[in-house]
Amino acid sequence: MKRLLPLLTGLVLLLTACGREDLSTLNPQGPVAEKQFELMKLSIGIMALVVVVVFAICIYVLIRFRRKQGDKAIPEQVEGNHKLEVIWTVIPIVLLLILGVPTIQQVFGLAKDYSKDKDAVQVKVTAHQYWWEFEYTDYGITTAQDLIVPTGKKISFELVAADVKHSFWIPSIGGKMDTNPGSTNRMFLEFPKEGVFRGKCAELCGPSHALMDFKAKAVSQESFDRWVAAMKAPAVMPADAELAEKFTSQCLSCHAVGENGGNSAPNLTGIGGRETVGGFLFNDEGGGVEQHLNDWITDPQGIKKGAMMPGAEDTGLTEEEIAGIAKYLAEYKLDY
Amino acid sequence: MAAAHAHGHKVKRYSGLMDWLTTVDHKKIGILYFIAGFFFFLIGGLEAIIIRIQLLKPMNDVVAGDTFNELITMHGTTMIFLAAMPLLFALMNAVIPLQIGARDVAFPFLNSLGFWTFFFGGVLLNLSWFAGAVPDAGWTSYVPLAGPIYNSGHGVDYYVLGLQIAGIGTLLGGINFMATIINMRAPGLTFMRLPMFTWAIFITSALIVFAFPALTVGLVALMFDRLFNANFFDVANGGNGVLWEHIFWVFGHPEVYILILPAFGIISEVVSTFSRKRLFGYSSMVFATVLIAFLGFMVWAHHMFTTGLGPVANGLFSIATMLIAVPTGVKIFNWLFTLWGGSIRFTTANLFAIGFIPTFVMGGVTGVMLASAPADYQYHDTYFVVAHFHYVIVGGLILGIFAGLHYWWPKMFGRILNETLGKITFWTFFIGFHLTFFVQHFLGLLGMPRRVYTYLGGQGYDDMNFISTIGAILMGIGTIVFLINIFVTWAKPRNASNDPWEDGRSLEWTIPSPPPEYNFKQTPLVRGYDAWWKEKMEGKTAMTPAEPVGSIHMPSPSILPFIMSVGLFIAGFGFMYDQLIVAGVGLAITLGCMVVRSLVDDHGFHIEPEEQDKGVQA
Repeated sequence: MKRLLPLLTGLVLLLTACGREDLSTLNPQGPVAEKQFELMKLSIGIMALVVVVVFAICIYVLIRFRRKQGDKAIPEQVEGNHKLEVIWTVIPIVLLLILGVPTIQQVFGLAKDYSKDKDAVQVKVTAHQYWWEFEYTDYGITTAQDLIVPTGKKISFELVAADVKHSFWIPSIGGKMDTNPGSTNRMFLEFPKEGVFRGKCAELCGPSHALMDFKAKAVSQESFDRWVAAMKAPAVMPADAELAEKFTSQCLSCHAVGENGGNSAPNLTGIGGRETVGGFLFNDEGGGVEQHLNDWITDPQGIKKGAMMPGAEDTGLTEEEIAGIAKYLAEYKLDY
Repeated sequence: MAAAHAHGHKVKRYSGLMDWLTTVDHKKIGILYFIAGFFFFLIGGLEAIIIRIQLLKPMNDVVAGDTFNELITMHGTTMIFLAAMPLLFALMNAVIPLQIGARDVAFPFLNSLGFWTFFFGGVLLNLSWFAGAVPDAGWTSYVPLAGPIYNSGHGVDYYVLGLQIAGIGTLLGGINFMATIINMRAPGLTFMRLPMFTWAIFITSALIVFAFPALTVGLVALMFDRLFNANFFDVANGGNGVLWEHIFWVFGHPEVYILILPAFGIISEVVSTFSRKRLFGYSSMVFATVLIAFLGFMVWAHHMFTTGLGPVANGLFSIATMLIAVPTGVKIFNWLFTLWGGSIRFTTANLFAIGFIPTFVMGGVTGVMLASAPADYQYHDTYFVVAHFHYVIVGGLILGIFAGLHYWWPKMFGRILNETLGKITFWTFFIGFHLTFFVQHFLGLLGMPRRVYTYLGGQGYDDMNFISTIGAILMGIGTIVFLINIFVTWAKPRNASNDPWEDGRSLEWTIPSPPPEYNFKQTPLVRGYDAWWKEKMEGKTAMTPAEPVGSIHMPSPSILPFIMSVGLFIAGFGFMYDQLIVAGVGLAITLGCMVVRSLVDDHGFHIEPEEQDKGVQA
């Protein structure tokens, strides 16, 4: 037993700081994920102990009690042993109590509702096939794919689905919560550190479920305030009047920039400054944001099967127009 | 008087294909279940290999996202309903009547009907591949993704109707085995003398009887939503999608125990036989099994911790789930202490059984980890869960089934499977299994969701996915070696003795391998637990008969179950493609058969002592 403990501690230590800082549940970057990681470490520790004990007995038995060639001896037919049976009933119960108490504490701790808290930032998350809409109800602004949050504040989420069931998950910040059609779920998260964290959809939602990523970007309070102000500022439209008209007629029937346009597709305000196009085409990789936008507008189905957006064939946009719109959008960045 | 009347009927037998279509003999039905179940196991396995090849490297494009979803849905559904359960039913049919000293199950006709409905349900489901409309909403078919609005093709219709028809078979089997074990035990075989496998099947049957109706109701509701525009799950019209999750898991969680309890039973038999020792703590084993089954109905919402049921529900279901670990732990330690002090022989069957113990423990402990709801918010719907349930179902159930098949093969077919090939099967399958699924725990913890058809590179997933795919291929090789073993063994003479392992303990080892169609020439008298072992230890070479040699009453073979199932199969297609006349014709065939069955008396036939001596083989 005494020899086992350092082994187990080592094992748990090994798990710590495993995987990417912006993605791994084993490398928590916020208090919610930390509390969950504490529980995970506790349960992994207890369970590793159980596994080690069983393996040890198993290996010992298999070596010690092998049948020798031609051995006809009949072993003693033991019916059972009350003392042993009490031991292996009671010890698991004790182990489960050790795990059960903090479980119950955290179940209630993580279920706290900050939706009425004036200090918390209220975000309504609407999950769509296959993108995420973030509405900041206190500020009257809506964005998509990049969730911008201030550090040091509780973020209170209201989770709904626009079509099928999805699940909202930022592994290194905190566990997931489903978005159910027809009902509202609530959860809170905290982002103590600035940075970009990867978010994922964790419930099968259709052919492009695997691509339904988003990013959570935690910034300082000042920066967040500047972002809110920039989001509220009047929309920047394409400079070229002809292109602006095309953009309004073809794009803004569903999308919006600033106060213009519809709300059935991702809000495009400041899209040029986002981390990705489509949630998973990283703008600091490949051809960059303009190329990504160009590809996306030309053939969204080829990139994300089942996406609602029509491709160039249906919108009738020419290559030139697409290039113009992509350039305009790529240059549409918010300063914050 | 009835007997005197029945003597007048002549012996009815068919031969060739007709024999297999009409048989009501539990041993033959067991073989049919095995063939069909193993066939579907190969299909499900092929689907798994394609899934793993797609995930071999990041952004792979062997299959597209929609095809991938079809593959995972069909893999899960096929493996659970059409492979695992039928393979268990194969062993149940082959062994249970023999273990309790019975000549058949309580309802032989129903037994045949159960097989054929399962078979045609499974065929219907898999025909979706040819119809080009494959279910793609996951084996859980959560609505609204599986509902008519977001899944407008016929894919999920195949799921709903196929499972509904196959489910009838399972339910019939559950009722049948419950009745059989309660009513048909040999004299002296009291409940607390039942072999552990029989106990496990008894409890499993009870679980089936209580759990499957929930699935039936759920599937009917989904079918009505899809085919007749009902609104059970349609939020826009006052339905509720979370309701489906509840219904599915009220069935789905007991289903997990329906799968694993028989494996527990198999392991108990195999470990005890090959260590030449009585099962350690028999009565606590029985009690633990009952307790697991009971608790199994209390924990369904642990599949829904992230659905948003609130802290009270999540807390209660967390604790209830953890409790299951206690009786399960009791079983693990009882097996270890059955081996302790024994004389362990490493046959292939025993290798699978011994491999089961640590593997299942690993699946069990991750189960306890998942039970802690706040931590589950991280694990849920990730590869951690995929790893967990494959450890339980493949590492538990499939290793158990392999153990059972190698162990009872001589009793089913009269030939011992080749041990060398068997050991190759074990080691490739076992190593492949751990390679495939161990790393998946870490994939989940590193943030990889399940049911994703691809993943971006550079997220730390690449190497482990590669290892996982290699493991899956090894498992495939193991399965192929087993298939080869079957054919190699088939070519050998039928020479297995009554008790081919020499250390058999229960009644099935007292009769020829394979047994005659009436199983026991004379019903045996059971004088204690491990009935046959007890007699052997007292120097006897046979059981004490509980009755004189006499004429044996047998049920008649019948083609009706086959036709009834064809009727349901036709009706299924009719409903699906909105051809209500076809559906009506199908149902009329089935109902017509039921009328015939009810109105035409069939008293079966008798096998007279003279004929018994000629040795009528199954």
